[in-house]
Amino acid sequence: MGHGSMHQSASAARTDQPLLSLRNINMTFGGVKALKNVTFEVRPGEVHCLAGENGSGKSTLIKVITGVYRPAEGAIIEYDGDVYPHMSPVTAQERGIQVIWQDLALFPEMSVAENIAFHEVLGRPRLVDYSRMRQIAIEALSRLGITLDVDLPLKEYAIAQRQIVAIARALVGEAKVVFMDEPTASLTQSETDYLLEIVRGLSASGVAVVFVSHRLAEVLEISSRITVLRDGALVGVYPADGMTQSKITELMTGKTFDQHVRARAKDDQPVVLDVRGLGSPGQFEDVSLTVRRGETVGITGLLGAGRSELALALFGMLKPTSGTFSIDGREARFASNRDAIKAGVAYLSEDRLSLGLIQPQSIADNLVIASLHKILSGGLLSDDRKRSLVARWIADLGVKIGHQADAISTLSGGNQQRVAIAKWLATDPKLLILDSPTVGVDVGARAGIFDIVAKLAESGLAIILISDEVPEVYFNADRVLHMAQGRIVGIYDPHQTRLEEIEAAVYA
Amino acid sequence: MTAVFERIKATLGPEMAGPGLAFVAVFVVFGFASPQFLSSATFGSVAFQLPELGLLTLAMLLPILTGGLNLAITFTANLAGLTLAWVLKANGGVDAGFGIFLVGSLLAVMVGAASGVVMGLVIAFTRAHPILVSLSMMIFLRGLGEFLTRGGDISGFPSFVGVIGHGSVAGIPVPLIVFIVCVLAWHLLLGRTKLGFNTYMIGSNLEATRYSGINTRKEIVLVYTLSGIMCAIAGIIMLARFNSVRVGHGESYLLITVLACFLGGVNPFGGFGRVIPVFVALVVLQLLSSGLNLIGANQHLATAVWGILLVGVMILRWVASKIKFSIVRRGS
Amino acid sequence: MHSLIRTHATEISLLGVIVVISAVLSFATANFFSLGNAFDLLNISSVNIIFAVGLLVVLIAGGIDISFAVAASVVQYGTAIALGWIGGGGWLSGFVIAASLGVLLGCVNALLIHRFRIISIVATIATFNIYFGLLMFFTRGVSIYDLPDWLTDRVILFEREMPDGTWIEITLPVLVMIICVVATWTLITRTTIGRQLFAFGDNPEGARRFGINIGAMQFIAFGWLGLMAGIGGLVQAHYAQEVVPNALYGRELDVLAAVVLGGARLGGGKGTVLGCVLGVLLISITQNGLNLMGVSPFAFKMIIGAIILIAITLSNTRLERLLPFAGWKGTRR
Repeated sequence: MGHGSMHQSASAARTDQPLLSLRNINMTFGGVKALKNVTFEVRPGEVHCLAGENGSGKSTLIKVITGVYRPAEGAIIEYDGDVYPHMSPVTAQERGIQVIWQDLALFPEMSVAENIAFHEVLGRPRLVDYSRMRQIAIEALSRLGITLDVDLPLKEYAIAQRQIVAIARALVGEAKVVFMDEPTASLTQSETDYLLEIVRGLSASGVAVVFVSHRLAEVLEISSRITVLRDGALVGVYPADGMTQSKITELMTGKTFDQHVRARAKDDQPVVLDVRGLGSPGQFEDVSLTVRRGETVGITGLLGAGRSELALALFGMLKPTSGTFSIDGREARFASNRDAIKAGVAYLSEDRLSLGLIQPQSIADNLVIASLHKILSGGLLSDDRKRSLVARWIADLGVKIGHQADAISTLSGGNQQRVAIAKWLATDPKLLILDSPTVGVDVGARAGIFDIVAKLAESGLAIILISDEVPEVYFNADRVLHMAQGRIVGIYDPHQTRLEEIEAAVYA
Repeated sequence: MTAVFERIKATLGPEMAGPGLAFVAVFVVFGFASPQFLSSATFGSVAFQLPELGLLTLAMLLPILTGGLNLAITFTANLAGLTLAWVLKANGGVDAGFGIFLVGSLLAVMVGAASGVVMGLVIAFTRAHPILVSLSMMIFLRGLGEFLTRGGDISGFPSFVGVIGHGSVAGIPVPLIVFIVCVLAWHLLLGRTKLGFNTYMIGSNLEATRYSGINTRKEIVLVYTLSGIMCAIAGIIMLARFNSVRVGHGESYLLITVLACFLGGVNPFGGFGRVIPVFVALVVLQLLSSGLNLIGANQHLATAVWGILLVGVMILRWVASKIKFSIVRRGS
Repeated sequence: MHSLIRTHATEISLLGVIVVISAVLSFATANFFSLGNAFDLLNISSVNIIFAVGLLVVLIAGGIDISFAVAASVVQYGTAIALGWIGGGGWLSGFVIAASLGVLLGCVNALLIHRFRIISIVATIATFNIYFGLLMFFTRGVSIYDLPDWLTDRVILFEREMPDGTWIEITLPVLVMIICVVATWTLITRTTIGRQLFAFGDNPEGARRFGINIGAMQFIAFGWLGLMAGIGGLVQAHYAQEVVPNALYGRELDVLAAVVLGGARLGGGKGTVLGCVLGVLLISITQNGLNLMGVSPFAFKMIIGAIILIAITLSNTRLERLLPFAGWKGTRR
């Protein structure tokens, strides 16, 4: 498919004939097939989405295309009129295939100019031509309609500008196709909008963009076609028109999700958390809310709306300057998160990799770290107590592990998150704050996390569920609060409101 | 057989392989090379030399486990020794009583602790790199010590001090007893106390540890304080062994202690490492230098061989990781 | 102008501190503020500056080296012996031999680090012990005083008596130092290799994805430090007019402190030649001034330790925030 025949007109060939076409792509790592006979194609100037769960083969495919990996014999990579059995990083760059990695691969201590025109320092040793590099950088930025001080070190700029620098760098080498791996993961909504605008501009100027994102709303908004991978194999290629988020999810996981609203009124229950007019300048203002025993309160809103800051204030890691809050009727004045934990507040960080869990250390140690006093015996830590405490929680939350002594990093995202939840449950909290608990968790494993949340609520725990994915809070919380610019701007009852209404309010 | 091996491996940890292998190798090589090697004289000299280096290594171990380093250990030990020496000199010199010695030792420990507290506070509160903080502390303490002593020796202590340095109880040298007690204390501290647990966690990820409700600043200050106290104990033992104190004494041990930690499988970035493998690594180092002495080499050659041993063990670890990787690849 | 202040905050702060200290010292002592003394300072600091710019390159590339000072001692000894074999030699053969020996010893470190994936601090602590142990073993700790005349004779390239009666002298060590400083500055700021070194130290994984040759980076960085150690070693032998095997023992940590004081970062990607030179000079100036003030040499080591400790503490509590003119942060979102 996709081969233009001889008598097609030139303009038709330009739109239908693929710029990049891969067939027979097989890739094996240590006996595991990472890619199974995958086919993939990109047309000139289109915005194409590559969708799939973690481990479905998206990154492997990108690395094959950019020459980082060499596929098995028999692969055919057709690009802009040439056929290759495999790519090399140098050829890929020279031919205009550019990648913006999720971690951006930038150099924070070096100047913006050097970051953008970095290819100028590669190759054969010679003197550096700084004025040429500045020129290239300024031109690349102006193509995006941006002005930055190109002499400043990159670290002086925020993540959104760094993203732009990475894009500018990709455009320097006459890019024909740009791969973007989760480009919006750490951007706020207005920054994301800005990025999507740039993507549209690239597409209009004839540069194809392959977009990898877990934010399905964004994917549907920007792309024209969607290629779905599952377990290293191609599921299919679909036009974005007529697609829905749930349809993509089904294709990605191969399962149908029967989601229903779990909300139940808990008005008869005693109040656990009572927040009155809490504020911290520049982060959140005048926030009032209550969470009752057994109640799950969802907080949604865009990144940067002040959700995590509010959570950190309740957890004693950020000092509010106005307002008060109380736990079980006792006013809370936390000097640190240790006071918060003592008072029964637990906070599951949104950043599991660097703040939530200590990745190199063992499953057992990660689970007991917040409740060491429970495994003391005669003033010393007891291995037996640790082992039985860990075994109990592992069984309770259905975590799949090999040995307790294995590093936590060997577990999947979903299982890691279960251990992180167990770590906090072991502190006997009254209030559990879950900040984006499904980040980096496969779509298929998310339901399991929410089943746990529901069970915890049933057992009487007060829960705050924070997520920027509206459906998550809609289906799993008893009430949904909408935060924007540091304030609570809407309160919804999922039984009274349709999901689309809340989504419209949040993404507006 | 493999089951037994697995059990041993599980109790001792993967860090044990390097020093364990080196231990066996040293015995085999010197057992053949020199008939006197397997004699009580060898073990006597090891038993007396081990404690100084060993105590300083224990002082180095804790900061390394938190992902730091304490380059001030030798001069902290010197200053603690000086403190004790002055207390003894000011209270009768050779006629000073044992009570004075105890008071002096207590003051020495406090001086060691003070050096640790200052470094710990600076590291915990400014997040300055521990190498730099302890390096400048080292330069400061060296200057302070030389200023106070004018580069000279202080000697003339009561005779029982010599007994502490050279005497034996039930055939075991007193310094060795002190060292073994300290090894066991550190083993207990790291394996069975909250501070020990938190030391490893901080070494792997300080922020995540803080988010888990651990007072990381307090723990870091404690770690460096304990390191300083261990230096003071080393300083007291050194005073007793040489019957004198001189600033700069034991200076050459500084980088050897780091070497011993790495040889004992401690992760240079922190978070992993145990006391017992480090202890075995120390014994290997001392056996090596005793063995080389027997076949006519001096301490300097031993130092070079120590360096070669570290390189050898690191290369073996690299080879082992390569083999493991290829087995995993073939196996699955 | 603002961006100059922001990107060179360390150098400007150091310069400020040096000016303040010099002003205080010139009031406190009669002899400090003279050109003669200034050139004396340069003569004294030459060897340390040569070592420091070499170490800077390794720090920028994200490594650390403990072994360079004892490597310099090995080079001194080896060069002295080799010169004996070739019957005396001269400056040219001396520099060629010292430089090659130095590069060789530096490359041993690079080999261990790159080929066997040993972390630089572990590898260089091992080679530190190997180099020093073997040197002391083979030399039995004996110094060499019987050096060729050309090596021990003072070479004064320029001298003039100033109106105040002091002499200004530019000696060979200063010239060599200036060449090393300029060469290092050219390497790290003007050549593509230098920028690759920065990039590698800043983000090794990013550098790898751009196809930068990681092995080459390690060999260039440690080879350069080896080169500087070799040259510095020879100059030190010239300056001291003798070769003492343990003369440079312990110098590595003093130089490391000075380089880091000059703004280089442990962990890579950051550091300037100017900052590095100022770091060394700050320490020498303080030492020199205290000396002229008649402070006991034992005391000023202590004072210098305290100064470094305070400087490091302050620089980590964001020194530029304490300076009014550098507090400007611009558009940082």
